[in-house]
Amino acid sequence: MAADVGALAAGPPLRRARLGLTGLLWRRPWLKALGLLTPPLAAFLIVYVGSLAALFVSSFWTVNSFTAAIEHTWTLANYRLIFSSGQPYLHIAALTLEIAAAVTVTDAVLAFPLAYFMARLAGKRARAALFVMVLLPLWSSYLVRVYAWQTILAHDGALNWALHGIGLPDQNLSYTNWAMWIVFSYVWLPFMVLPVYAALERIPESYLEASADLGARGLRTLRAVILPLALPGVVAGSIFTFSLTLGDFITPLLVGGPSSHFIGNEVYSYIGEANIPFAAAFASIPLAIMGVYLLIARRLGAFEAL
Amino acid sequence: MSGRGTRLSLAVWSALVVAFLWIPLVVIALYAFNASNIQGWPITSWTFHWFRAAWHNPDARAALWLSVRVGLVATATALVLGTMAASAVVRFRFFGREAVSFLLVLPLALPGILTGMALNSALFTVWGLSPSMWTIVIGHATFCVVIVYNNVVARLRRTSPSLLEASQDLGADGWQTFRFVLWPVVSTALVAGGLLAFALSFDEVIVTTFTAGAQETLPIFILDNLERGQQLPVVNVVAFFVVVITVIPVALAQRVMRDGGVQRGAARVTEAIETAEIPAV
Repeated sequence: MAADVGALAAGPPLRRARLGLTGLLWRRPWLKALGLLTPPLAAFLIVYVGSLAALFVSSFWTVNSFTAAIEHTWTLANYRLIFSSGQPYLHIAALTLEIAAAVTVTDAVLAFPLAYFMARLAGKRARAALFVMVLLPLWSSYLVRVYAWQTILAHDGALNWALHGIGLPDQNLSYTNWAMWIVFSYVWLPFMVLPVYAALERIPESYLEASADLGARGLRTLRAVILPLALPGVVAGSIFTFSLTLGDFITPLLVGGPSSHFIGNEVYSYIGEANIPFAAAFASIPLAIMGVYLLIARRLGAFEAL
Repeated sequence: MSGRGTRLSLAVWSALVVAFLWIPLVVIALYAFNASNIQGWPITSWTFHWFRAAWHNPDARAALWLSVRVGLVATATALVLGTMAASAVVRFRFFGREAVSFLLVLPLALPGILTGMALNSALFTVWGLSPSMWTIVIGHATFCVVIVYNNVVARLRRTSPSLLEASQDLGADGWQTFRFVLWPVVSTALVAGGLLAFALSFDEVIVTTFTAGAQETLPIFILDNLERGQQLPVVNVVAFFVVVITVIPVALAQRVMRDGGVQRGAARVTEAIETAEIPAV
């Protein structure tokens, strides 16, 4: 049809050429799809996917300890070193995992009542206001928010000042695992609130009425109707809280102190020593964990809630 | 769940969580006006002095300038590539379509250290580039594309394809269809996506540590000084500035989208809800 238009339209040659091209693309949509997809996909595949693949491959190489050159021979030595007992690496991975799990649970507990209030109880204005109040911290600089906690948790910081004010003893939380737990829970909290909010808002009011009509009290409705329907939202949020904690090294650096090493810190320091193969091998642990996690999340329906 | 007591306790809980989210931001904003060199609380005397000091600090200036340039170039790249990918994924069904949309979300779903490491070894070891502003841009563009892509995909899904067909039936060529039909529909999504991409690039730190050399973006400048415990009063001002600079684009983007559609990966859900509320054009 567009081709006919092209033939009928009398006009300057440029316009005729453009119409011809439009007709061609309309008759052969795959040409247009190809044209649109090739640049972004090529860039993405070469830069991102290619890099990830190269990273994985290099984890099977080693670094010559004398010349510091990378030896391109296939070996499992890096992985063997990570999993051998007597090395700190498994402890580091375990600490990272534990904190990531604790942060995820904490955020779910903090976020759920807020999300419920936003989605089902607050008026239109209050809901919009709360939405912005959750959204802006999510977007304001992550590094600055971690730094803010560094000052708050410091010995003469705002936390101890507030504790003094209500007559409680000082706490020395700086440079502990507790500090990391608090700060991670803080920085990723909005990532949990938003998907849970969306999942809760989607539950039709009639479901809750039906549950009440069938004689269920508040708690029963919560357990049997609301929680199962909100679960995909919680899992969607947990992908972010878990994955972001797993791959972080800034928070451990700024509030965790020297003994609180994360996978990320270790990887970072090996890159500093130009031992990319070992760093790559260690970095594939969070990759594998996230792979498994994403598969489970998909089972639980989190991808529809993403 | 609608008893009076439950309602009240949920409201109190919500207020406390929101306070928890905002108190650290308020604290760090106040420290920017702290007259003392020592970071103690409470702040006893106030000054604007550090704003002037930060403004005249050559390192901070260089970092700001680099951050702005990186953000602009990465955003521009992301706008072009993200829009192209979005239109293809929404308009056409093709083999591997699901895979494409999954791939494009990976930079947000995978730990940042993986992206950073991967780019580090690819750029510097495999391709043999030397660190420059452009290697930082490549890293930032990777995740900025995702933001633009998400925004444009959501907008295009709401747009009926018959609009474009009608335009062609009326004799418009491809450029006219784009200019007079598609552009008015997607322009706000592009502006919002661009603002968010810039905000994301402006405060990115993990991927940047792996792709930058000696040159510092503003967040790297902050991190560097924090690690050494140097020039903290100047860092406070820069931190305050970075928060303001990243919050403004987000607030603007929300204005532009007007319906609370500002999102970052996890929040794409809100878009789905709105789709149900707003009839397809």
